[in-house]
Amino acid sequence: MAIGDWHQNSGNHALVLGPSGSGKTTLINAITGLITPTQGRVLIDGEDMTALAAPARDSLRRRTIALVFQTLRLIPALSVRQNLALAQTIARGRHDDAAIEALIARVGLSHRIDARPRTLSQGEGQRAAIARALITEPRLVVADEPTSALDDANAMTMIDLLFETAAATGATLLVATHDTRISSRFATVLNLQAPS
Amino acid sequence: MSFLGLSFAYLRDRALNTVLNIALLALAVATLVILLLFARQLETRFDRDAQGIDLVVGAKGSPLQLILSSIYQADVPTGNIPLASIEILRQNPSVAKVIPLAQGDNFRGYRILGTEHAYPAHYGAALAEGQLWAKTAEVVIGADVAKGLGMKLGQRFIGSHGLSADEAAQGHDQAPFIVAGILKPSSSVVDRLILTSIESVWDVHGIDHDESGENHHAEDHDMAPEVTALLVSYSSPLAAVQLPGFINRQTNLQAAVPAVEITRLLQLVGLGLDAVRALAVLLMLTAGLSIFVALYTALRQREGDMAMLRVIGASRGSIFGQMIFEGVALAAAGAVLGVAVGHGVVALAASNFRQLAELGLNAAHFESGEVWIVVGALAIGAFSALLPALRVFRADIADTLTNSR
Repeated sequence: MAIGDWHQNSGNHALVLGPSGSGKTTLINAITGLITPTQGRVLIDGEDMTALAAPARDSLRRRTIALVFQTLRLIPALSVRQNLALAQTIARGRHDDAAIEALIARVGLSHRIDARPRTLSQGEGQRAAIARALITEPRLVVADEPTSALDDANAMTMIDLLFETAAATGATLLVATHDTRISSRFATVLNLQAPS
Repeated sequence: MSFLGLSFAYLRDRALNTVLNIALLALAVATLVILLLFARQLETRFDRDAQGIDLVVGAKGSPLQLILSSIYQADVPTGNIPLASIEILRQNPSVAKVIPLAQGDNFRGYRILGTEHAYPAHYGAALAEGQLWAKTAEVVIGADVAKGLGMKLGQRFIGSHGLSADEAAQGHDQAPFIVAGILKPSSSVVDRLILTSIESVWDVHGIDHDESGENHHAEDHDMAPEVTALLVSYSSPLAAVQLPGFINRQTNLQAAVPAVEITRLLQLVGLGLDAVRALAVLLMLTAGLSIFVALYTALRQREGDMAMLRVIGASRGSIFGQMIFEGVALAAAGAVLGVAVGHGVVALAASNFRQLAELGLNAAHFESGEVWIVVGALAIGAFSALLPALRVFRADIADTLTNSR
């Protein structure tokens, strides 16, 4: 796949929209430094992700980017609180119980803070996954298909929650999806075409 | 929440599997520890108690029985020998030392041994309190006896006939002993003995001799003073060549060489020990394989978790370390439990089987070899985790994220 120059400003939430196979995941992987584009560069907060060696990429990603996965990927052996604490320890070297509790309260999960992920409902799990992404105070939150498995009402709630928590922590959203229901919510939309 | 915490969380998350693997490894470690304690303590004991004793002279019978009863105080004597045999040996120029022993009684399971002052001196047993016996009926007790029975200086007691407390024995109630001294621990057979003069033993038996039938021959009825066995040290290596033959030619004497008999005994026991040891090593490898399978399956199930952790910034090293730590923590728990169980079983065995206690099996004693057993167990844990953990280095995160749950 190929895209032209594309610039996303801080605070300007963007949507990457395209059908399956159009390269959304490839684009996300290139932005997060998991793969290297054959041509061109990816600049994160002024640093060139594509020019860095693997450990430096890990470090840049750790400092600036958080991900929300479609399948959530909460660690089942840990409680919600511990999932957040582990993510914060990895990103910041230490964890802050007060910040974790405040963020969990913000996503409305205080009553489930010590629950295991497999006992959470789909909606609760998404809240926990968003909280885990934001606890590291990232500049950029990349969400891969956050709504495609949800019904209309839940999809809107999910987007609302992403917008609200991103605003609260000063993060910028980059959402990749084939879900056209949410495209009206974003000012910036990058349309990808299916391969012909 | 650290990576070590994550390891424990994963272990807790599959608690049954974790417990089973710990138990499996603990069993293997315990078996090896028991074997080690048993074999080493037996050997040390055999070596130490027989040190400096080149020959044992006693009544005819099984040479192994003679060695066990007179050196290790662990079997019944073969019979008695005439007092005159002491002088015959002492006149022999190639003999450096002859220590006579007179056995036959016990007090609550601790053997009363009639001998000379040279006996505690031979084992380097020093007095903790009091003095060595001077008059008849005075005794000196070993450290284990004093501790086990709570005996004090000046205490009087009555020995019973026979060599262990559980025999239906009659007491020599007309001839009480009195404690004149208590010995310091010497880690030898002396610790479990009540020592007195040979005359004291004769006194006890000389008076009511006719009532006490067992282990005595018909010719004992003339009440000629006898001893049970003689511990002999050579003054020249030449004695090893001529002395045993000379003694065995005497009509009612036999000479047994401790080194020969003990080597024979250890060879017999050793075969069994080797077989059990091989089984224990096999068990340990099985435990390692089981841990390997458990960790390997667990990792396959959490490849997605690992990829996610890598994406949010965890280094390869910290995830690799987390996996290895999980294997090592599992092995450490198994090893610690195994050592505890091993010592517990030895303690149980020593308290339930008199013969083992008599041989000086001590559960509180730790062997340096146990460190190697524990190190071996930890190595097995680390090695079992190594292969699954190495997958972390090979795995393509982007691929794993796309293809795993």
